Amino acid sequence: MNLMSDAAVGDAFTTQESVAIRGDFAILSRTVRGGKPLVYLDSGATSQKPQQMLDAERAFYEQHNAAVHRGAHQLAEEATDAYEGARETVARFIGAQSREVVFTKNATEALNLVAYSFSNAAAAGAMDGVDPALAARFALGVGDEIVITEMEHHSNLIPWQELARRTGATLRWIGVTDDGRLDLGDLDTVITDRTKVVAFTHVSNVLGTINPVAAIVDRARAVGALTVLDACQSVPHLAVDVVDLGVDFVAFSGHKMFGPLGIGVLWGRYDLLDTMPPFLTGGSMIKEVRMEGSTFADPPQRFEAGVPMAAQAVGLAAACDYLSALGMARVGAHEHALTEALLAGLAQRPWVRVIGPADNKDRSSVVAFVVDGIHPHDVGQILDDAGVAVRVGHHCAWPLHRRMNVTATTRASFAAYNTVAEVDALLTALDRVPVVFGTVV
Amino acid sequence: MDLYQEIILEHSKRPLHAGLREPFNVQVHHVNPTCGDEVTLRVQLSGEGRSAVVADVSYDATGCSISTAATSVLADEVIGHSVKDALTSFAAMRKMLTSKGADPGDEEEIGDGVAFAGVSKYPARVKCALLGWMAFTDALTQAGVDISATSTSSSAPSASSTTITTDTATSSIMEDS
Repeated sequence: MNLMSDAAVGDAFTTQESVAIRGDFAILSRTVRGGKPLVYLDSGATSQKPQQMLDAERAFYEQHNAAVHRGAHQLAEEATDAYEGARETVARFIGAQSREVVFTKNATEALNLVAYSFSNAAAAGAMDGVDPALAARFALGVGDEIVITEMEHHSNLIPWQELARRTGATLRWIGVTDDGRLDLGDLDTVITDRTKVVAFTHVSNVLGTINPVAAIVDRARAVGALTVLDACQSVPHLAVDVVDLGVDFVAFSGHKMFGPLGIGVLWGRYDLLDTMPPFLTGGSMIKEVRMEGSTFADPPQRFEAGVPMAAQAVGLAAACDYLSALGMARVGAHEHALTEALLAGLAQRPWVRVIGPADNKDRSSVVAFVVDGIHPHDVGQILDDAGVAVRVGHHCAWPLHRRMNVTATTRASFAAYNTVAEVDALLTALDRVPVVFGTVV
Repeated sequence: MDLYQEIILEHSKRPLHAGLREPFNVQVHHVNPTCGDEVTLRVQLSGEGRSAVVADVSYDATGCSISTAATSVLADEVIGHSVKDALTSFAAMRKMLTSKGADPGDEEEIGDGVAFAGVSKYPARVKCALLGWMAFTDALTQAGVDISATSTSSSAPSASSTTITTDTATSSIMEDS
């Protein structure tokens, strides 16, 4: 990748730039289903990987591989430096301090980590020595409430359902409007003095809606509730500064942002992380261990039990560097233009209905839709036959699909490497769908 | 693309024996956790055990063309036949669907079901074609029929990524995240 320098910060990538970017992703030049060029429109599920990220991971294994935070030999030092250096890069990418960045297996684990902190805090002795005012923030029981939204991915829904079940707290949620926005009309009656935690998604993985974080955070703060933001669909596509957002915790995954599989991130305000009991326990996360009992390391190590995924951390840092070099403003502008083109194309097809905001305002680059009378699995199959990879199903957001009165949807999602030509390829393939199934004559 | 045979499209547009009817011995509800497709299926048997006759199969299904058509073919194949024959059809259908394209299917055993041979090349769709069958065999089990002989005698000829057992229908099917 070697981007032209005369483009403005808010411009989509030029054709030349797109060619350069695509050149970094070897998989994009392969063919599928009998020689058809791959049109990969499923980055919302997982993104493809640039050479730079793969090289970084490979270099770690070839030159520095050792168990991080263990051993006194040179490789152990280098591996530890690489791992901790990766933490700094990731922290910088989201505007955070590195000691506030916890590496997890994935975003799901990051969200579970927070959810389990609440119930683990209830155990005898778990909060010994913690400032009672801070400890009280994690105390959850009958009469307390957990608030989520109806548009959550299962990974930011089930951990809270289960937390409610374990603690006796009540789960409540903010509804979704017919056009796929959060219904904030009754925000003050859903988030109340009983609310201890509000967990919500920054960007819907189905609707593409960018949620009004500030409005929800303001209300949560007013009642003293903690906030947890699922940023899986925002960090890879928009410039995200966790401090500006004002939330208490942020979770996202590496593999959706050009990074490797097997790594996710939990960011948390340090005073809160410092208060929280561990989730997973074992090696690495301890201060002192005796047969009678143990004490735990400071964050972030307290939450990183076991030999960490150093190579993946290095890969994720390389992915952050890659995105930074592209410029997140330009990534966002580019994907916005692709979304615009797709929404316009779908609007010309009266037999297609977009599930989510029909306009391109406060909207990210995932577009879910249904085709009249044809099941999304069948739509996806016809698209796949043309080499167009999309996702079909409920996208791990089953309650949201019920709310939108659909069983399932077809979802196209973009990343920086996609092009308007690929939008056209999708639309052309889509036109075959009603022909194959005989719904238009 | 050999997936959408005309016969499949025909069954999906005009599914046979659709709708829920009385009388019935057992009603089951099965869901495909990947896509949320659902089928409510009723079975009415006359007689006992494997020699009983499938007097009726009625159903209400929400699903893709493959699952809708497969349930339509299922109902048409088994109604009026013995449970034993129905289970033979199921075994043959499952064998074909999990063959990854190696088994073209036997029209004697599965009738219009042979149109689904192409489905076996698309592992993600096998569970669509089996949704109705899973519901049907579950209903037979709940009606007291021992179907274990069918489960063990008809394993796929080659290793399949989709493991299907009759008693854990929805949970054994490939799950979504």
